Amino acid sequence: MITLEVDGRSIEANAGETILTALKREGIHIPTLCYMEGLPPSGACRICVVEVDGAPNLTPSCSYPVAEGMKIRTSTQKVIEARKTIVRLLLSNHPDDCLYCSRNGKCDLQKLAQDLGIRRRLYHGKKTSRPMDVSSPAIIRDPEKCILCGRCVRMCEEIQGVSAIDFIGRGSRAFIGTAFDEGLNVSSCINCGQCILVCPTGALSERSYLNEVTAALADPDKMVVVQHAPAVSVTLAEEFDIKAGKDVDGQMVAALRRVGFDRVFDTSFSADLTIMEEASELAQRIKTGGVLPMMTSCSPGWIKFVEQFYPSLIPNVSTCKSPQQMMGAMIKSFFAEREGLDPSKIVSVSIMPCTAKKFECTRPEMAPNNIPDVDYVLTTRELGQLLHMFGIDLNAMDEEEADTPFGERSTAGKIFGASGGVMEAAVRTAHYLLTGKELPGLEIQPLRGLKGAKELHIEVDGLKIGAAVVSGMGNARVLLDQVCDGRDDLQFIEIMTCPGGCINGGGQPLGADLDAVRARMKMLYKIDREEDVRVSHKNKWITRLYDEFLGQPLGELSHRLLHTHYSKRDDLLQ
Amino acid sequence: MTDTGIDLILEKHSGAGRDALIPILQQVQAEKGYLSRETVARVGKHLNLPASKIYGVATFYNQFRFHPLGKYHITVCRGTACHVKGSGKVLDMAMKQLKLKPGQTSRDRMFSLEVVACMGACGLAPVVNINGEFHAKVTPQKLAMIIDQCREEELTNAEG
Ligand code: SF4
Ligand code: SF4
Ligand code: SF4
Ligand code: FES
Ligand code: FES
Repeated sequence: MITLEVDGRSIEANAGETILTALKREGIHIPTLCYMEGLPPSGACRICVVEVDGAPNLTPSCSYPVAEGMKIRTSTQKVIEARKTIVRLLLSNHPDDCLYCSRNGKCDLQKLAQDLGIRRRLYHGKKTSRPMDVSSPAIIRDPEKCILCGRCVRMCEEIQGVSAIDFIGRGSRAFIGTAFDEGLNVSSCINCGQCILVCPTGALSERSYLNEVTAALADPDKMVVVQHAPAVSVTLAEEFDIKAGKDVDGQMVAALRRVGFDRVFDTSFSADLTIMEEASELAQRIKTGGVLPMMTSCSPGWIKFVEQFYPSLIPNVSTCKSPQQMMGAMIKSFFAEREGLDPSKIVSVSIMPCTAKKFECTRPEMAPNNIPDVDYVLTTRELGQLLHMFGIDLNAMDEEEADTPFGERSTAGKIFGASGGVMEAAVRTAHYLLTGKELPGLEIQPLRGLKGAKELHIEVDGLKIGAAVVSGMGNARVLLDQVCDGRDDLQFIEIMTCPGGCINGGGQPLGADLDAVRARMKMLYKIDREEDVRVSHKNKWITRLYDEFLGQPLGELSHRLLHTHYSKRDDLLQ
Repeated sequence: MTDTGIDLILEKHSGAGRDALIPILQQVQAEKGYLSRETVARVGKHLNLPASKIYGVATFYNQFRFHPLGKYHITVCRGTACHVKGSGKVLDMAMKQLKLKPGQTSRDRMFSLEVVACMGACGLAPVVNINGEFHAKVTPQKLAMIIDQCREEELTNAEG
C-alpha cells in the first residue's frame, strides 16, 4: 500500500496500479474515451488527464502509475479546460445528430459535452461524409459519428482475434473500416457486437428489427410467439436503471404479454433440449470413436469464426442447433401442428443477449422450405426500448409464468447464460446418462467465474473426461491451436463468443463494467442454487416432448429439426 | 489458387515478419499493377496478418492501388508548381469526364485515374501523364479533348 494525496485528501493505493484505478475506488470519476478495462492503455485521447505536482504537463491518468507521496489534483481549471478543448475538437466535425441517433441518452460523447457544459460549437471542422454500412444483418456502422478512439478495433483484434475492422487511410481522412472498405457482411466480422459495447458513440449499433416486430404484433392474422434467452432476465432491469444483478423473469414475461405477444416461451427450455441432444452426441462420439474433442455449437459468432478461421475443426463442432434455433424449429413444427396453424402464420421472435443471433436466424439452413424458424431477433436493449415505447414499467408488473409447452426449464438450461454453464449442464446430464446417478453436489466450481479459460478433468465410471471452457475468441484461438497441434486430453470444449458468455453478450445493456457482469453471473447461479429442478433430464416437459413427438435424442426427427451442418467460408476473400 | 508471380515474391520473403509487409506489397504491385483482394489475402496468410490490417497499412501510404490499371492510365500532378498553375481544375475535369475518383478504374477497365505529387517536370506545369506520355500545360479543356480522343481511338479500334 502506498499513500497519495488527491485534491488535498490522503488516499491509499496499490503499488503499480494506475492513477485512474486508484481514483475509481475512491469514487472519483475521471472521464475516459480510449481506455479499456483489462487492456494496456493506448493513451490516445487524453480526456483522462489530471494534474500531478511536479509534472511539467497534464498527466493521462489511465496510463500513469501511482507513486508514494504523489500529489494529484483532478479538477483544476487547467484540467477542465483541457478536457473541454478535447471534446470541442471531437465535436468540430461531428454530425450533431443526437435526436436521431441510436445512442441518444446513452452516449459517452454526449454526456461528456453535457458534463463539461459545452453549449456551443467553437471549432468548425470540415464534416466528414461517409456512408453508413447497413450491409450486415446484425451490426450497423455509422462512420460519421466515429471519434476514432480505436476501442472497437482493439476489441475486435485483441479480445476477439477477428480483426474485421481497422484504421484505414491516414490523417484527417482516416476512418474505421473493413478490408477494401467493403460491407461488414462480406468481411470476417462474426457479428459478436462486442465492438458496440465498447463504442462510446452511436458509430456502432445493432440492426434493429423493432419496426418489423411491432408490425407483426399489430397484424391480426399473425400469431406472434416470443422466446427469451437465459441471460436476458438477469440484465433487462438495467434498461430500467436498476443496478446489475436483478432477475426480472416473471415481470418480463408479464411485460411481453402486455406488449401483445401471443405466447411467451423460455429459451432455457430448448437449452435443456440442447443438453439432451448434445450429451447424447458426445456419448455417441466417445463410444463410436467419432471426432473429438467435441465443441459446443450454441454461440453463432463462434460458428462463423470456426468456418472462417479453423475450417479443419468443423467436424469437431456439435451438429446441434443452438437453443434459439431449436426453439424456433419446435415452434414452427410441433407447436404449429398442435395449434393447427400453418407455420407461415406464425411470427417467431426471440429476445437475445446477442447480435450474432440476428445473423444466425438468416442462415439458409435455418429456414426449411424458406420458412425461417426464427423470424426476428431483438437484443435485450431493443426489448428495453420496446417496453419503453409501449409505456410499460417493468417494475410495476406482477410476475407471470411462461407458456406451455416450452415455458418450463431446469436451472441447468438457465446457467447457459454464463461461460461454463453449458459444460456444467452437460456434465450433470452426462454423469446421469453414464452412471444412472446424479452428479454429487451438482455444482462444478472450476467451470464457473469470468476467467477466459477454465478446465475440468474428472473420472466418471472409469471414463476420463477432460473438459475445457473458453470465452472470447482470442482465448479460443489459444486452445484451438493446441488442439490443432495434437493436444488429446480433452473430450468436450465449450466455446462462447463473448468474454464471460451471454451475460456479457453484444446485445446486452450498455455501460456494464466487470463488476456488473459478475453481478449478472451471480444471479444466474443463485437461481440455480434456489430451485428444485437442476438437471435437464428431469425437465418433465422435455421428457414429454420426446415421448409425444421427437422419439429419441439423435432420432430421425431430432436430426431433421434440431441438428444442422457447417461449411468452410472464405468471407475474407470475397 | 496458385499465382506464380506472387509465389515467387512470397518465396523470397519466406519466414519474414510484419516488417516485410511494405516491401512485399511494393513488389506485388510492381508485378500485378495493383493489390487485389486475392493477393492481399495471400500476403495475409503468408505473414499471418488479417486483411483489414494490410488494407489499413496500405492505405496509410499513397503508393498503393487497389484496382487494376485502365487501358488509359491518367496521372494528374498535384505538386506545388502544378497546383499554382491550376491542376486542381484539371483534376476536377478529369473526375467529371471519367466519373472516377483518384485511385479508381472505370468498370470497362478503359480508364484509371491517379494523383501524384510532382512528376519532376515543373517547367511544363500543369502536367498530366497518360500511359507514360507527358502532356504539358494542360487546361481542363485540353484534358477533355485528350480524353475524347482516347475514346474515339477506342471506337475506331472496335470498328476496325
Ligand atoms: S454519437 Fe452521441 S453525440 Fe453523436 S449524435 Fe449520437 S448521441 Fe449525439
Ligand atoms: S461485431 Fe465482433 S467481429 Fe464484428 S466488427 Fe464488431 S467486434 Fe469485430
Ligand atoms: S466506431 Fe466507436 S469504438 Fe470504434 S473508433 Fe469509432 S467511436 Fe471508437
Ligand atoms: S482514456 Fe486515458 S488517454 Fe484516453
Ligand atoms: S509540381 Fe507538377 S511536375 Fe512538379
